[in-house]
Amino acid sequence: MIIQSGLLLNAIIAGILLGGFYAAVSVGVTISFGMLDIANISQPAFILLGSYAAYMTNLYFGLDPILTGIVMTPAFFVLGMAVYRLYYFAFERRGDQAIQGLAFFFGLLFVGEVSLVLIFGVDYRFVAASYIGPSIHMGIVELPLRMLLPCVFSLIMVGLLQLYLSRSFIGRAILAVSQDGLALQLMAASPIKIKQIAFGISIATCAVAGSFLIIIQPVEPSIGRDYIGRIFAICVLGGMTSMPGMLIAAMLIGVVESITATFYGPSWAPAVSFGFLLVTLAVRPAGLMGR
Amino acid sequence: MRNSVFWLVIVAVGIAFVVVSRLYLTNEYFYFAGYVVLQYIVLSTAWNILGGYTGYTNFGTGAFFAVGAYSSAVLHKLPQLLHSAFDLTIIPVPLPVMIVVGGLISGLLGLGTGYLTLRLRGVFFAIATLALSIVVQTLIVNWDFVGGSRGIYIIRPAMAPLGGGYIEYLFTLMTALSVLSVGIARSIEGSRLGLGLAAIRDDELAAEASGVPTLRLKLIATTMSGALMGMAGAPLPYYVTYLDPASSFNLAYAVNSVAMPVIGGMTSWIGPVIGAILLGTIQQLATVTISSALNLLIVGVLLILFVIIAPNGIVGLVQGWRRKWESDG
Repeated sequence: MIIQSGLLLNAIIAGILLGGFYAAVSVGVTISFGMLDIANISQPAFILLGSYAAYMTNLYFGLDPILTGIVMTPAFFVLGMAVYRLYYFAFERRGDQAIQGLAFFFGLLFVGEVSLVLIFGVDYRFVAASYIGPSIHMGIVELPLRMLLPCVFSLIMVGLLQLYLSRSFIGRAILAVSQDGLALQLMAASPIKIKQIAFGISIATCAVAGSFLIIIQPVEPSIGRDYIGRIFAICVLGGMTSMPGMLIAAMLIGVVESITATFYGPSWAPAVSFGFLLVTLAVRPAGLMGR
Repeated sequence: MRNSVFWLVIVAVGIAFVVVSRLYLTNEYFYFAGYVVLQYIVLSTAWNILGGYTGYTNFGTGAFFAVGAYSSAVLHKLPQLLHSAFDLTIIPVPLPVMIVVGGLISGLLGLGTGYLTLRLRGVFFAIATLALSIVVQTLIVNWDFVGGSRGIYIIRPAMAPLGGGYIEYLFTLMTALSVLSVGIARSIEGSRLGLGLAAIRDDELAAEASGVPTLRLKLIATTMSGALMGMAGAPLPYYVTYLDPASSFNLAYAVNSVAMPVIGGMTSWIGPVIGAILLGTIQQLATVTISSALNLLIVGVLLILFVIIAPNGIVGLVQGWRRKWESDG
């Protein structure tokens, strides 16, 4: 019994750490899909781009992956703005965003994945850093540093974004554009510019999330797909626009996945988040903290 | 053209196609490549019944396709299982029966997906289908009877019906399935069902308000689309002779079955056929001459280019030119 409960406790703690990382992965989609109504299903491709950027700088310059992630955010921000520009001119402006827009992002996801395969091959890649490997032991509880650090940094990132959205002028304008673009226009702010900045931010988070990903596990181009379900499950479960809701949903899915992996085997873990997503969509599309 | 005439024409075209290739083509590679192109005609036509006519984007083609393939794998192992467990001896299940069973099971899965449309529209439906395909894949990975993640070897029967090698037999069956799916798609298009589906695509709420039985029509569309995808997948174990989850749930099936109708044109039955023949052939050529990773890149790039530049596909482009030509002349 003691062994069982120790295992359970460790599984829950590992799940919370995993959930913290999932929050970093999902925060971008909460902005783009939840607030801007742009179903960017190619988000995992950008996250993997972040992972491979961290891998390259780590391999050739020996830089710290998390540091690279943070340094790379401006580049990803510009990339995100460019993608939004293209999306706006091709779809949003014409008013038909449904199937064509989705197909566009689906194509982007696929092109991203195949390009990474062509450049890096399908081998698993990993980074070297001093905190990958050691753990902090507290009684029977084990805290691996490679899970703890991404979780801590991820909470900081989500906190800063929440602060930015609720306090700054542009942040409030982003929240406003998610509620009523026309009203924002009447306040003399351009919804398109605001959306462009917001989409840039959502892609910028991929640089950081990608560096976390390659710290937590070895990376190969097709693992991004596993994250589509997770990201959207967390986003929908969290109520689409709410950061705290997203955080709770991320922790919840992290814990449930971790318990499943511990007691039933890791091969069942992917079904958990997708099952969650299907049930949430079917039963309560408004999510946990929905309006 | 009346529907009955159209059916006669495409059945004749199908038969002529098979007979001519059997008479003049002895190179086995032609049949291997042709099978894949024909399979994509079925998949993209099936996708278009839901995606193009009804306006619901399905990213889970892989799930329906693989369910068809795995139902065949189960039927293939069935005689052996019955023999060892109950000492029963039955003849091996013939492939056409497998295709029907695969179609039925995938059709049931499609029916289930149809009930999702009660709650989910647009983007949410698309994401749910993507999620569905991962859930089904996880189930298959954990199912030992069909080999789990290791996969399963399928040994082809030594004798093929209708003479010729086994690959010629598979090719003939896939031609028949293509004819069937194109015929169904074209029959739907002009019928009351097709008009109802188009009404759902344009405005579901307005359709419901005008008395279109939206749920029933959507269920018919999802079931039919799923069943055809399952039928396309059923012969796969005998084509590849080694079936594993990673390749049978490959995202390429989903991308292709979206890209082909989008590139060909989604409003008419001919669109997916053009898209499938064009993209399928390009991919087969690129696989042989360049590399198999690059041919997937081509599909992705073409998909992005077409949705941006020509959202109505090749059919839309041609219609645009014709309209322009008529107004000029």
